[in-house]
Amino acid sequence: MRRSLLFIPSNSPAMLQNADIFAADAIIFDLEDAVAITEKDAARILLDQYLNKFSLNQTEVIIRINSIDSEFGFDDLNKIVSDQIDTIMLPKASKEDLYILNEYLTKIELNKLLNKKIQVIPIIELASSIINLKEIASAPRVNGLLLGAEDLSTDLEVVRTEQGIEIQYARSVVVMYAKAFKIDAIDTPYINTKDEVGLVKDAQFASSLGMNAKACIHPNQIEVVNTVFSPSLKDVDHAKKVMMAYEQAQKEGKGAFSVDGKMVDKPIIERAKLLIKKAEKWGV
Amino acid sequence: MKIAAAGSLESNDCYITVKESNDLQIEINSIVFDQFGNQIRKVIHDTLEELQITKIYVQCNDKGALDYTIKARLLTAIARMRGIHA
Repeated sequence: MRRSLLFIPSNSPAMLQNADIFAADAIIFDLEDAVAITEKDAARILLDQYLNKFSLNQTEVIIRINSIDSEFGFDDLNKIVSDQIDTIMLPKASKEDLYILNEYLTKIELNKLLNKKIQVIPIIELASSIINLKEIASAPRVNGLLLGAEDLSTDLEVVRTEQGIEIQYARSVVVMYAKAFKIDAIDTPYINTKDEVGLVKDAQFASSLGMNAKACIHPNQIEVVNTVFSPSLKDVDHAKKVMMAYEQAQKEGKGAFSVDGKMVDKPIIERAKLLIKKAEKWGV
Repeated sequence: MKIAAAGSLESNDCYITVKESNDLQIEINSIVFDQFGNQIRKVIHDTLEELQITKIYVQCNDKGALDYTIKARLLTAIARMRGIHA
């Protein structure tokens, strides 16, 4: 379960050493777009040294590697996969790449005697990834799908707009497959880092479609994203009321019952359970 | 003569230049030299020792880098000098 995932460029010491002060649920250390082609080696070594020195405690450590069909992807994996990381984020994901990545990670885990199994978040940023979502979402190690709207828009030859109509289908279909396979649906970042009102609106819309997390490209986006993707106090109170009424109904052997005049059935009980679980995790 | 560099002159970073030499020479320019000059030298020494390098010229232009950054930039510069794809 995640709400906010913050991208940090891996070749910037100033940004790296502040990673642990942000309230993001996950930090995505970026070896791909945020690092110039001539600095890939330097970023890899800097990140490796940083991860050996600092611990992010409960914050998930995700590494966005370069695409594995580039000349850098496997070097990234060889250098950076260790017990210090939790998840690999794979750009321009295809089912074939995920198969190769799974095999390669298994070899590294055995060779380095890792104590954990590295998870994978594919980035859905190609039209071909959208039409192969079933295979991508069900691939080994995959525990979330990140929609990458900027590259997807390029692939679709459409212009990104504030309203996001051009990505609405992609958002919905990513949510459907993520939910079907019980993994995180992670929304694309909002790219205007100075527009908090726009961010709130965009995050709320994504949440209303079923996204349960959002990537952030600036630390000032984390608070808004965490708030939008956390259950509200009102929702938590209602969920607790539902669960109390459910327990009472069970004691009395009742199949159906109501809360605040509304009928409660199994999906509402399941939703209440999940909401309470989230609230406990995030201290709401 | 082989020469290579890594890093930047941004705050919290350092720019390290290495070149082949007949002896060990370490030159440090730092905005915090009075407080941390000895520590920077130690990180460079320890890293060279790890790599079993006894003869090299290292110039470190430091802008307040922590130990891990100095080590990373030195490792990168040496790998580049050796033509190793890190």
